[in-house]
Amino acid sequence: MSKRGDLPTWVDVGLIPLLNLLLALAAASVVFLLINENPIECLGIMIKGAVGSLKGWSYLLYYATNFIFTGLCVAVAFHAGLFNIGGEGQAYFAGLGAAIVGLNLEFLPWPIVIPLSIIASVLFGAFWGLVPGYLQAKRGSHIVITTIMFNFIASSLMVYLINYWFRPIGKMAVESREVTGAYILSFREIARQFFDYKYPASPLNLTVFLAFFVAWAVWYFLWRTKLGYEIRAVGLNSDAAVYAGIKPQRIIMIAMAVSGGLAGLVAVNEVLGAQHRLLLEYVQGAGFVGIAVALMGRNHPIGIVLAAMLFGLLYQGGTELSFAKQHINRDMVVVIQGLIILFMGALENAFRPYLTALFFKADD
Amino acid sequence: MTPAIELIHIDKRFGAVHANKDVSLSIGQGSIHGIIGENGAGKSTLMSILFGFYAADSGEIKVRGAPVKIKSSSDAIAHGIGMVHQHFMLVDPFTVLENVVLGVEGGALIGPALTKARSELKRLAEEYEMDVDPDAVVGELPVGLQQRVEILKALYKGAEVLILDEPTGVLTPDEADHLFRILGTLRDQGKTVILITHKLREIMAITDHVSVMRRGEVVANFETKDTSVEELAEAMVGRSVLLHVEKGKASPGEVVLDVKNVTWRDRKNIARVDNVSFTVRKGEIVGIAGVSGNGQSELLDCIAGITKPASGEIVFEGKSIGQLGDPRHLRQEGLAHVPEDRQHRGLITAFDASESAILGWQFEDELGKGFRLDRDAVIANCRKEMQDFDVRPADPLLRSGKFSGGNQQKIILAREMSSNPDLLIVGQPTRGVDIGAIEFIHKRLIALRDQGKAILLVSVELDEIRSLSDRIIVMFAGRIMGERDANATERDIGLLMAGVQKDAA
Repeated sequence: MSKRGDLPTWVDVGLIPLLNLLLALAAASVVFLLINENPIECLGIMIKGAVGSLKGWSYLLYYATNFIFTGLCVAVAFHAGLFNIGGEGQAYFAGLGAAIVGLNLEFLPWPIVIPLSIIASVLFGAFWGLVPGYLQAKRGSHIVITTIMFNFIASSLMVYLINYWFRPIGKMAVESREVTGAYILSFREIARQFFDYKYPASPLNLTVFLAFFVAWAVWYFLWRTKLGYEIRAVGLNSDAAVYAGIKPQRIIMIAMAVSGGLAGLVAVNEVLGAQHRLLLEYVQGAGFVGIAVALMGRNHPIGIVLAAMLFGLLYQGGTELSFAKQHINRDMVVVIQGLIILFMGALENAFRPYLTALFFKADD
Repeated sequence: MTPAIELIHIDKRFGAVHANKDVSLSIGQGSIHGIIGENGAGKSTLMSILFGFYAADSGEIKVRGAPVKIKSSSDAIAHGIGMVHQHFMLVDPFTVLENVVLGVEGGALIGPALTKARSELKRLAEEYEMDVDPDAVVGELPVGLQQRVEILKALYKGAEVLILDEPTGVLTPDEADHLFRILGTLRDQGKTVILITHKLREIMAITDHVSVMRRGEVVANFETKDTSVEELAEAMVGRSVLLHVEKGKASPGEVVLDVKNVTWRDRKNIARVDNVSFTVRKGEIVGIAGVSGNGQSELLDCIAGITKPASGEIVFEGKSIGQLGDPRHLRQEGLAHVPEDRQHRGLITAFDASESAILGWQFEDELGKGFRLDRDAVIANCRKEMQDFDVRPADPLLRSGKFSGGNQQKIILAREMSSNPDLLIVGQPTRGVDIGAIEFIHKRLIALRDQGKAILLVSVELDEIRSLSDRIIVMFAGRIMGERDANATERDIGLLMAGVQKDAA
């Protein structure tokens, strides 16, 4: 008898994550105290830096956009019973698709180029997920191992390609040339062009709306389509799925392709939205953060959107904090993120038995 | 004499479910005490409390007159309580000896414990007539012997009170008889045995006292010699039940399923289904009897298209199943399948009932056009099936795992029968299902037969096979040992189940 279902939903998805978050912040406070910083003040700087201004919010949402994509990537694979650690590599490899279309079809008008580059990003990401999926389904190679390896392969391959294919002759920085044709408009440009309003500088662009839409689409896909049903059936009980005439091998490959495709959308936000070029290591760990986001968001799109925004807050707040405090650098922010992952993910059940006991005492 | 175990006012809730309501029970030393009840009556919960898996919300436990707190299974073992679970807790690749010392190694080195266990095991084997080779690998032993290892394990740990949870489900009649002899010896040596079962005959055969549980309460206590099967059954369900199935004569029509020389081999290339041939015709129930693990499951999988036989052919309505391909196409052709293991295969416990109620049929257009799955249609479908089969609670949004065994089975049967199949293959339709539901399920199967449908029934319950089937096929070690009609005696079929062919006589 599972204890999870016995607690009221609001406790399960509201109170428990909140308590875990507070616990993580308490642990982070101890770390701040150890380096002689006032935790309340630091926390204040972080929160103010992230949500205290339009600029802060813009950065928060920009980061969250990436995390939503990678979080969904992990979640879709998870629902098929697969632990896709390869979001990082899938997102990175997808940059290739975005860049090939974006740089080579510049002569086409934006209504054609932008959808084409989005599709290319998804397809490249999907391919990078499909190969480990194929190896898992047909050869039994464990998906965790293969996706990790594929992160490294993507990393080396992209260094080579960016350096030898994309880097213009004579340019020192290892990156492609800038897109001169269509790209995805940033909020700042939209505000200036259409509303004559001075929006603070930030990489936030229209992709954020794509992220929210895709979150809804993933929900629809998993819970309102036959394929989604089959994916969840395989993830929960592959024997029952076989009995039901579902072919787990096929589902594993489909789920990994969808998963990789979702990670590939990071390329849309970065290559087409923020950078307008293909940069070395442009994913910057978003693929790994996606694992934490999915874990915290309980693999549900709503949870993932919220968790992605929390991590967006941490990223942006952390950056502000490292500007404000000389003792604190970005590594410190990583420590805080680590604590949050620890308490929200690994120790997710720490409070559950006590709360369950508490609730049933109250019931009697 | 002080009772071996006293349970006093034990109360336990799981959320809304009141699993044990103020249960008081006294178990006399040196006796065999049976506990019977429908599924979900609270037998297993009660024993889990006694063995320290759950903590009671309130109440008291006394062992030999002294109040004790049992917080974990190690507490229970320390108080001399041992348990033999329905699903054995054995490490298959370990030897008997290694399994016996598991948990009582008593030091960093395993050697001394093994030496001690070896001599102790020898003593126990002699005392209780329980011969097992201490160096045999447990995974290679037949289930009857594995169970014996479980009992030895408990005795080795000093059990004075032995709890057995549905011990005969996996045994042949012979093995069960031997188990009963062992239990009798244990009692004669002063041990106390608690036997949880839903088989009334076993209760009558070996227990001294019997307690009946219903809806979390102990509703009756009997001296076994003063009661009868009918009285016990009535106490269990709260009314008299029809243990015998009323059915008319079958009027078989044309052949629906033709199994021809089918052989299926496992990974080690051992033929688990060995050259099996039989037919099932319209309007009849063909029962396959046999002790579990004699190839019935594999045969069902072959017919359902889940696995492919190594050789032979299965023809369903004139088409080879090899050509029809996978389970989905077979379903479209009119083959419905109630799998043997409902928790593991028949439904997905984490899905809500409405989702489990379409498992295998999710491709149907009524549930949503094209790629869509229409949630409203799925729920409406489930509501209708729940009504038809009297599933309780009739809540399509409740998680499948939260239904009782009988209601889970009804969800599955409703799903498969409502597809209006030409052939229904049913594995263990009433395993772990309470008597009320068994009666209902049996009636439904007969009704389906009377509509002229073909039914292939696999069950390890001989009573079920005998009361439902029009023809009985007995499987042993992958082969068909013989075919009997519905009037065959239990002894006759029992011998075939044990692999004894007496046709020659």
